[in-house]
Amino acid sequence: MLAPIRPAALRSLTRQPATWSQQSSVRCFSASSHKLATLLVVEHKNQTVAAASLNALTAAGKLGEKITALVAGNNAQKVAEEVSKLEGVANVVVADDAAYDHGLPEVYAPLVVATQKQMGAKHILAGHTAFGRSILPRAAALMDVAQISDITAIESADTFVRPVYAGNAIATVKSIDPIKVITVRTTAFPAAKTNAQAAAPVEAAPSADKASPTEWVSEELSKSDRPELASAKIVVSGGRALKSKENFELVYKLADAMGAAVGASRAAVDAGYCDNSLQVGQTGKIVAPQLYIALGISGAIQHLAGMKDSKVIVAVNKDADSPIFQIADYGLVGDVFKILPEMTEKLAK
Amino acid sequence: MSSLRILVGCKRVIDYAVKIRVNAGQTAVEVAGVKHSMNPFDEIAVEEAVRLRERHTKDPASGSPKVEEIIAVSCGPAKAQETLRTALAMGADRAIHVEVDEKQAANLQPLAVAQLFRAIIEKEKPHLVILGKQAIDDDAGQTGEMLAGLLNWPQGTFANKIDITGDNAMKVVREIDGGLETLSTKLPAVVTTDLRLNEPRYASLPNIMKAKKKPLVKMTPADLSVDITPRLETIKVTEPSKRQGGKKVESVDELLDKLKNEAGVL
Repeated sequence: MLAPIRPAALRSLTRQPATWSQQSSVRCFSASSHKLATLLVVEHKNQTVAAASLNALTAAGKLGEKITALVAGNNAQKVAEEVSKLEGVANVVVADDAAYDHGLPEVYAPLVVATQKQMGAKHILAGHTAFGRSILPRAAALMDVAQISDITAIESADTFVRPVYAGNAIATVKSIDPIKVITVRTTAFPAAKTNAQAAAPVEAAPSADKASPTEWVSEELSKSDRPELASAKIVVSGGRALKSKENFELVYKLADAMGAAVGASRAAVDAGYCDNSLQVGQTGKIVAPQLYIALGISGAIQHLAGMKDSKVIVAVNKDADSPIFQIADYGLVGDVFKILPEMTEKLAK
Repeated sequence: MSSLRILVGCKRVIDYAVKIRVNAGQTAVEVAGVKHSMNPFDEIAVEEAVRLRERHTKDPASGSPKVEEIIAVSCGPAKAQETLRTALAMGADRAIHVEVDEKQAANLQPLAVAQLFRAIIEKEKPHLVILGKQAIDDDAGQTGEMLAGLLNWPQGTFANKIDITGDNAMKVVREIDGGLETLSTKLPAVVTTDLRLNEPRYASLPNIMKAKKKPLVKMTPADLSVDITPRLETIKVTEPSKRQGGKKVESVDELLDKLKNEAGVL
């Protein structure tokens, strides 16, 4: 009764880049077919490539073009070397400059545009994260082209699939622009792998205007030893029924017993039970883990938008009529305050 | 600049609580007879503009500029005027409606909207533009960033807190993937709202009545010399694959057993 997750995406893992994309792009842009190229804008933090960029790289690979990865930041050389070893990356361009720390769109977007111009990229991709979502639309506007947000599939070089209306409808859109600027839903594409044998050449990125009216001041990151929410195999989420920040500890305890990431509904975040960055849904994180456990979450449209592609969904709720039970593979009707500790105890054994 | 002019964007969308349906021809979602309202993120944008006015009036000693005017702008069909009246009832002073016919409005895309806004901004010269971070219909999340790019203005997206610290200076706390980030920037700027920025007020009946008398100017994309031709063609719109309704289990033991032995995810 469990549908495999996105069979098309899994199948394509083992397949060479599809030939149709080359053919169709040649048809579309025959004038410049000699330099069909894709630009991947790499997100990184603390000298490590962000997981979302690995998913975006897999999506980029489906276009069948030569992939150039753009890495920018202070001391970006180490990250560039890491990126050069990723499977599918043909070359890496590096903008080693402190101006690119913290991904300020005011400087990053002109860099993306300058790189596009130099290499003649027809596709520009990044993960649909706070980073990609801030930079790519700005870059698209600078180039006078549309952006295609949060794609879940690539049908051809100019046709993409993306969810709209909180994932309640799936739109297939075709771009008529010469350059396709795309953010990628990370859960819809597997992560690219490292291929240590062949490191791609690394060269300097073209220079771009680095003057910025905006300065980065500080950040306040929620510290956690748990797996990252967006890429965790198991996610345990709490909702309004937890009733308080103290009670929300029960969710952390269960998560820790399972090695899971913690998520939350908007109600739990708004009520201050947990941090903003844990919100799962249309306006928070989109997750698609192997197992999603919703505890005391009713299942509003906006929450379902963020988790309904999970492989197995478990719902624990005292209201047997909650909408969450309509999509849950396993439902347990009961009091979360009784069930949560019992589950934690039994799993810890 | 000792006074601040704020421009806010409002989009009319299908109400967030409506369960949407794809039409029979798989060309779009059904909109006829469906409840519409202001995009929730735009309500937050209007609210923030009004709160900036209230905050800066109450605290004149802070040296922050007074809000002189709040202009609400919507691009869409004739009915977008209802959305603008809501913004006026919440506290905006006047409204601009860029009217596009129903058919064009259904495929009015972020780049076109950003270009329309740019044209209006060049006339109205606001110091701060507040938009929602995304519209809950197309879920694109592009217009604010595109507009900032077109104007070459700084952007403060996914704002959790906005603080006008002086005549030309602003601090924005942003919601990013791992937590929060603070930026300091200059005005004029474009800010997009996240959910936690504020809790929008309800318009009171007297304010709804007053809003009817506030000025609302109509114009067209042609008046603004903007070509709104879509760059993306919608090939089709389909229903997402349905999940099978699952089963209920009776106990934690049964649940864990199923997860281990039936689903194989533990």
